[in-house]
Amino acid sequence: MRIKVNADNCTGCRLCRQVCAIKHFEEINPAKAALWIEAKFPDPGKYKPHVCIQCGKCVKVCPEGAISRDTSTGAHIVDKTKCTNCGICVSTCPEKVIFQHPDLNHVIICDFCMECTTVCNVDAITKWDVMKPSIAAGKEA
Amino acid sequence: MADGFTGTTLRINLSNGEIKKLPTDRKLMRDWYGGRGIVAKICYDEVPRDADPLGPDNVFIITSGILSGAFTPGGSKVEFGSVSPLTNGQGDSNMGGHLGPALKFAGFDLVIFSGISPKPVYICIDNDKVEIRDATKYWGMGSLDCEHVLKQDLGEDFEIATIGPSGERGILFSCISHDFGRQAGRTGQGAVMGSKKIKAIAVRGNKAIKVHNLEALYKHTYDIIQRTKEHPNMEPWQKYGTSFFIRWSNDNAVMPTRNFQTTWYEDVEKIDGESLVTKCLVTHKACFGCWMNCGKYSKAVIEGKKTVFAEGPEYETGALCGPNLGMHDINHVVYINYLLDNYGMDSMSGGGVMAFAMECFEKGLITEKDLEGHTMKWGSIDDVEHFLDMVVNQRGIGAWFAGGTRKAAEKIGKGSEKFAMQVKGQEMSGYDGRWAPGMLLSYMTADIGAHHNRSWTITVDMAEGRETTEGRAKIVIYLQHIRPLFDTWCSCRLFWGELDITPEEYAEAMNLITGWSDTIDQALKVSEKIWNLNRCHYLERNKANGRTFDYPPARSWEDKIPSGPGKGKGVSLEQVEAMLDDYYRERGWDKNGNPSRALLEDLGMGFAADNLEKSGFLGKPLEGGIPKVRGEKYKPKAF
Repeated sequence: MRIKVNADNCTGCRLCRQVCAIKHFEEINPAKAALWIEAKFPDPGKYKPHVCIQCGKCVKVCPEGAISRDTSTGAHIVDKTKCTNCGICVSTCPEKVIFQHPDLNHVIICDFCMECTTVCNVDAITKWDVMKPSIAAGKEA
Repeated sequence: MADGFTGTTLRINLSNGEIKKLPTDRKLMRDWYGGRGIVAKICYDEVPRDADPLGPDNVFIITSGILSGAFTPGGSKVEFGSVSPLTNGQGDSNMGGHLGPALKFAGFDLVIFSGISPKPVYICIDNDKVEIRDATKYWGMGSLDCEHVLKQDLGEDFEIATIGPSGERGILFSCISHDFGRQAGRTGQGAVMGSKKIKAIAVRGNKAIKVHNLEALYKHTYDIIQRTKEHPNMEPWQKYGTSFFIRWSNDNAVMPTRNFQTTWYEDVEKIDGESLVTKCLVTHKACFGCWMNCGKYSKAVIEGKKTVFAEGPEYETGALCGPNLGMHDINHVVYINYLLDNYGMDSMSGGGVMAFAMECFEKGLITEKDLEGHTMKWGSIDDVEHFLDMVVNQRGIGAWFAGGTRKAAEKIGKGSEKFAMQVKGQEMSGYDGRWAPGMLLSYMTADIGAHHNRSWTITVDMAEGRETTEGRAKIVIYLQHIRPLFDTWCSCRLFWGELDITPEEYAEAMNLITGWSDTIDQALKVSEKIWNLNRCHYLERNKANGRTFDYPPARSWEDKIPSGPGKGKGVSLEQVEAMLDDYYRERGWDKNGNPSRALLEDLGMGFAADNLEKSGFLGKPLEGGIPKVRGEKYKPKAF
């Protein structure tokens, strides 16, 4: 499973970030969401959602081996007992979708629950029911 | 502290630089709900009645109410408040975007500024860290330009409110801007912010908003999201936003055209919603957590002028800077929208002020000599550009118009006040009330002057009869309670008007957030209390019977509509007087338009009655007593 991004549709409402944090942390706090919206204003005046693209770079750079792939969903799962919150994966992520928060001692990565896609009213992010081929084949990204 | 509030209030004295973090007054929030309510009460309590609105004794408040940021429909608003330099009464104005939620995420319910800074500053709120910073570098920048530079300097994740040169220089209809196109435009809040030498407020926060029952709130809002996605209004709303109503208003003969001379514009197809989305639209744009994206971010391309971006024009700007200025090209309307936004002028009042100047020019009351050799003709983008430059720099007669339409008419004289389209100093919104008497009454009686967000009755007038005024007062009163209630909650009312989310559903959201169990009727009572407090505040400051201030300009009854579907229609002065009589009686005010003691005590505001009595404007007791219920529940079709 993946999330398809249709950047031209995005209106910058960030409803996705609200529901993400509520779903995973039971609080209204978009700072704990696992996706973000880039806003390019005033010129050219466009938004772009950034979501996990399952590239797997975080898995490779994690010195603790705390990040692993869930081959059934394609998500990269953080083992909270192993993660030291060192931040190496954060700076490595090409989409900047690995997050840290002062309340937490581990990083936040999308688990592809897809709740965000159920509220997006403009199809800027949609559920993409295909497995990334490399993951389906059990290969490295 | 009840859930839904952060529990912390910031008080910043700009004169001495003192920053205090205080516990939020729990009782005050319970009694007044926050947002518009808390702003009204703090201004009433703290601003001396003789204080200059642009002086150190006025306060300037920024706050976000219960629903803002808290996963609710349209919960995106931030409210600004102070005594208005435009109306000399209680002033408040709000905007969407992301700033209100950010203030809560940073941990603050409200910020109360007092005094005047000795030098230009901006306020940086980065979670608990609150600083007054030097803004010399930013002073003089346009509102949009300043937001862009501050984002580069501080970081994209700061939410920023700015003023432009207009607010810096005390132009009375200045606005506050945010998110490259959201404005708190009305009542001159930008002028107050500028008077305090605050160029910008930047906020970033990463804390949670604590709510009483998150699980139930999540289900409540999630279900509303899924339900409203299928609403028939959703698609046109997402496509056009409020610009959809340009055609509608014109077809229904309420479109202000060439300074409200007539109510139907012959070239409407050149500036309507369809032309906006086909010629200028760059992207659809939404406020925090909103799934119906009414914002239309646009680009104006005009030969010989720089290409500019602006959010809008939404309906009001489109009407007041389109037909009201006789514009023939949607690119020109977007360009004017940009000019006003970047100067930091309210694009509603700005349109009204320019239309007034154009009619004065047409009638020979101002001349090319007054305009530095330029003209001020209907439909001329060059004339608009030059005129606004005169106003923002207060050059020559530009200084007259810097005070808004009312003050400009006082300077120009020669009967121009007849077509200075304002009430209490606030320029009219984009609807002509001559063939919509409820709308006219709404303008006449609104606490902040002629602004439609207090009560909008075009569909009411159409349903109940456009040539009769009977029964309109009760409905206007109800609307004056329910519509500002959304400003009290700091929530957008458009979901209620357009997508049929019920007032009860909003009240339910409030209760799930706070743990209260208030009914919608109790909430409306809070709104009525706020309305009456503002009336008392206005009378105490302006020292005359309320009726004195409640008349529209004489064009409203002297001139019948000259063209279009409304040709020959219009109200009489007798109808205007009758509507006021009805309205006061239904409100529990005396014939002079002054609230009675019985009413104020019924609302739990004996203190306001005492103060009003001291000032000499307490209403006389009403024969037969006050009405038990003020206002009649009504669901208008739209808005």
